[in-house]
Amino acid sequence: MSDTLLVIAGKSFNSRFFLGTGKFKNKIDLKESIEASGSELVTVALRRIDLERHEENILEYIPKNVTLLTNTSGARNAEEAVRIARLAKASGCGHWVKIEVINDNKYLLPDNAETIKATEILAAEGFVVLPYISPDLYTARALVKAGAATIMPLGSFIGSNQGLKTKEFIQVLINEIDLPIVVDAGIGAPSQAAEAMEMGAAAVLANTAVATAQNPALLAQAFAMAIDAGRKAYLSGLPQRQSLANASSPLTGFLYDNAAAH
Amino acid sequence: MNIMINGKAQQLSAAQNISEIVSSFCKNPKHVITELNGTIIPAQAWADTKVNDGDALELVSFVGGG
Repeated sequence: MSDTLLVIAGKSFNSRFFLGTGKFKNKIDLKESIEASGSELVTVALRRIDLERHEENILEYIPKNVTLLTNTSGARNAEEAVRIARLAKASGCGHWVKIEVINDNKYLLPDNAETIKATEILAAEGFVVLPYISPDLYTARALVKAGAATIMPLGSFIGSNQGLKTKEFIQVLINEIDLPIVVDAGIGAPSQAAEAMEMGAAAVLANTAVATAQNPALLAQAFAMAIDAGRKAYLSGLPQRQSLANASSPLTGFLYDNAAAH
Repeated sequence: MNIMINGKAQQLSAAQNISEIVSSFCKNPKHVITELNGTIIPAQAWADTKVNDGDALELVSFVGGG
């Protein structure tokens, strides 16, 4: 069965794997991982330049055909997220922004209310806004109204590799929200990414798992394969789980005529 | 002349525009974004924007992020 392309704000993506660029040991690992991932959308962040030392320009390691999504990480409220998004746009490197507003340093959970405010402002200014949230139906509905291009619910704590701890709540968003649902944060293994895609997620964003693997490019490729497998499984109309056994082979008509299974 | 660059006091010997400051302070000026006293200054306007005593200049650029 042929799949439809993932479309976000009128732009088509062949790959349903979004890759984050933080925490890589070096830029060569990053470049090779982007290539191996097949990803067409990667996240970057903005920081003050360190005037004391030479810093490599990360953009030189990202292929030109890849869409840049600037993360507003570091923002503690809507106002700061808006400021970071406007700075990114001023660089001329695009107007796609991942709203990430965090003001809790222990759990690093996103502030859904501030995220809605920032989305309203930036979508009205013409940004393509991909908000990162704790999965919550009412927040997602407010974001649709605010002009979000996707909804990006977290699977578990950022960088925790715990997988889909919020599975049932993400399923609610997939069922009820008419925007691509991109599972972001906490995805630590290809099997977890496949699980998200089997549920009907439109895409998966991973960073920490790939960046901190011994062989990042190899894991990036494994993620891409798992995401593709999960997507195909979803499109296949995956059968439901059963609580009782159901034989795969016929149990009658051989050796024991008319007898039940032994 | 004293200005703040990225939160640190810096002394400049003479009046400069943003273009000159970016060239002397940033080792890799490509894709640098500037904000002067809270207002974003696009790269096209750097050469025409003078920095005055007491100004606060922010120089930011892209880094890895998730």
